[in-house]
Amino acid sequence: MALTSPITDLEQLKSHPAVERFLQWHAPAVKAVKFDRDEMSITLDRAHIREGCALLRDNQEFPFNYLSDVTCVDWYPAEPRFEVIYHLLSIPKKERVRLKVRLDGSSPVIESITSVWAGANYFEREVFDMFGIRFTGHPYLRRLLMPEDWNGNPLRKDYPVEGYR
Amino acid sequence: MAHLNPTPVLEPLQDRTMILNMGPQHPSTHGVLRVLLEIDGENVVRIMPDIGFLHTGIEKTCEAKFYQQVVTLTDRIDYLCPLTNNLCYVLAVEKLLGLEIPPKAQWMRVLLNELTRINSHLVWLGTHALDIGAMTVFLYCFREREDILRIFEMVSGQRMMTSYFRIGGLALEPPIGFFDRVRDFAGRFPSRVDEYENLLTGNPIWGMRTKGVARITSEDALALGASGPTLRGSGVDFDLRRDMPYSGYENFKFQVPLGSEGDVFDRYIIRVRELRESIGIVRQALDGMPEGPIKAAAPKVVLPDREKMKTEMEALIYHFKIITEGFAVSAGEVYQAVESPRGEMGYYVVSDGTAKPYRVHMRAACLANLQTLPTMCEGRLIADVVAAIGSIDIVLGEIDR
Repeated sequence: MALTSPITDLEQLKSHPAVERFLQWHAPAVKAVKFDRDEMSITLDRAHIREGCALLRDNQEFPFNYLSDVTCVDWYPAEPRFEVIYHLLSIPKKERVRLKVRLDGSSPVIESITSVWAGANYFEREVFDMFGIRFTGHPYLRRLLMPEDWNGNPLRKDYPVEGYR
Repeated sequence: MAHLNPTPVLEPLQDRTMILNMGPQHPSTHGVLRVLLEIDGENVVRIMPDIGFLHTGIEKTCEAKFYQQVVTLTDRIDYLCPLTNNLCYVLAVEKLLGLEIPPKAQWMRVLLNELTRINSHLVWLGTHALDIGAMTVFLYCFREREDILRIFEMVSGQRMMTSYFRIGGLALEPPIGFFDRVRDFAGRFPSRVDEYENLLTGNPIWGMRTKGVARITSEDALALGASGPTLRGSGVDFDLRRDMPYSGYENFKFQVPLGSEGDVFDRYIIRVRELRESIGIVRQALDGMPEGPIKAAAPKVVLPDREKMKTEMEALIYHFKIITEGFAVSAGEVYQAVESPRGEMGYYVVSDGTAKPYRVHMRAACLANLQTLPTMCEGRLIADVVAAIGSIDIVLGEIDR
C-alpha cells in the first residue's frame, strides 16, 4: 500500500458523514478537512467543539457514539500553538473520525466536552496536566498524573526532556 | 522531597460519614492505585481514584528517541501485555510509512498476541480470585502463565519485555521447535481452563461475591469510554479484532463473548470464555502459518540480515544509517487501535518528517475503564469495591504511563 497524498479539498470530502452533518448544521464551524492514510480529520472552530461533538453523537443515521480519546499536540513555536485532538468512534458503523481545534499559546482555553461524554473527564484532566490547557465547564479540573505542586507542563515542547533541574 | 502534597483531599459531605484511604500500597489495588472512599458505616457514599504514582513520562521520552527505539519503551507501558503494545505501535508507524507486512509476520503477530491475551487474563484471574478470597486459583493460573513466559523467552529471549515486533516485521525467525511447543501448550490449555472453572464458576461463594455486584449499564459504560470486557460485560457487542480488523485478524474465526447484567460475574465469565477463544485463534494460526519472509522489503526501514551485512556493501550502509540516524517518516498522523486484553489500546503517532516521532500518545484502555469505578461502587459495600477493582482488570503501568 503505497502512500497517496492527503486530500484537503472540502468539495471532495463533503460526502463523509461527519463533514456532511457539520456542513448542514453550520458551515463556518468547519475550518479545514484532511483525508490522509485512510483517516478523516476535521478542524473545527474553537467555539463549536462541544456542540459539534453532541451533534455527531446524536446523529441518527450515523452516530459517532463513542469517545476514544482526547489528546493534544504542541506545535511550538508556531501559532496557534496547541492542537487539541478528539478521536471519535462510531460503534454501529465501525468508523472513526478525528476532530481538531487549534488554540493560541496565550489563552489555551476550550470548552469541556464532559457534558457530552462523561468519559472525557480523565482525558481532559491529563491534557490540562501535561499541556496546561484549561477546559471550561469541567467538573474537577486538577492535575491527573503529576503531583499537584509540580512546576510546568511536561509535554509542552519548551519543557526539557530531562525536566527542570 | 519537594512533592509530598497529599492530594487530592476529599472532605466528608455529611457528619456521619468518614474518609477511608485505600492504597496506594493495598494488595488488592493491583499496583499503586490510591482510592479515596467516603463511607457511611460499611456503605460507600463517594469514591475517588487517585492515580499517577507510576508516571514515568514515557510519552515525553518517545519524542527524544528514533522510531525504532520507541518499540522498547512500549513494552514498559503495560507490563502484562508487552506484545500488544509492540503491535499497536508498529502498526501505527507502518501505517505512517505505508509498509506492506508479509503474511508470515502478520500471523506470527496474531499468534503471539493471543498468547499475550491468555497471559494477561491468567494474571487477572489469579489476582482477582485472590482478592475475593479464592487462593488456589492463583497458583493454577501462574502454572500456565509460566509456560507462556517460557514460550516468549524462547521466541524473543525475554520473558516480559519482549520487543519482538519491529517496524516492518519481526525481530527474529521463530526458533526450531517453537511451533511444536506452542502446539503442545494449545493442546493442554483447554483442560486447564476447565480446572479454573471447576473452582469458580459454579462455586456458590464466588457467585455471592460476584453476581449482581458492581453493575454498570451499557449506556453508562459507553458514555464513560469503557472498552474491552468491561464494555462487553454490559452487552455492547464490539470487538476491534472482529469489527475493525488489523494485522490479518479478518482471516480468523472466533466468537466475541457477551454479558447481559454488566456485573462482576459477567466480566469474569467473558474473560474466561475469551481464554478459550484465544487458544482457538492460536490453533488456527499454527495450522495456517504461511511460509515466507518475516520482514517487509524496505531496506531503508528494516534492518538487514546479519549474513547480508557481511557480504553486501549496501546492506552494511543501510544498517549503519538506520542505527545512527534512524529513518525519516513522512509528515502526517495516525491513530491505530488494537483490542488489548483490557480494551481499546490506541496509539496516536504524529510525524513531522524527521526520524523521531513528534508526538506519541497512548490511549490507555485502563484509564477510561477506571472511570467506571465510581458508577459501579457508589452505594455498595466496601468489600464490593475490591471485587469491582479486580473485575475491570487495571494495570497501573498503562494508566500512568
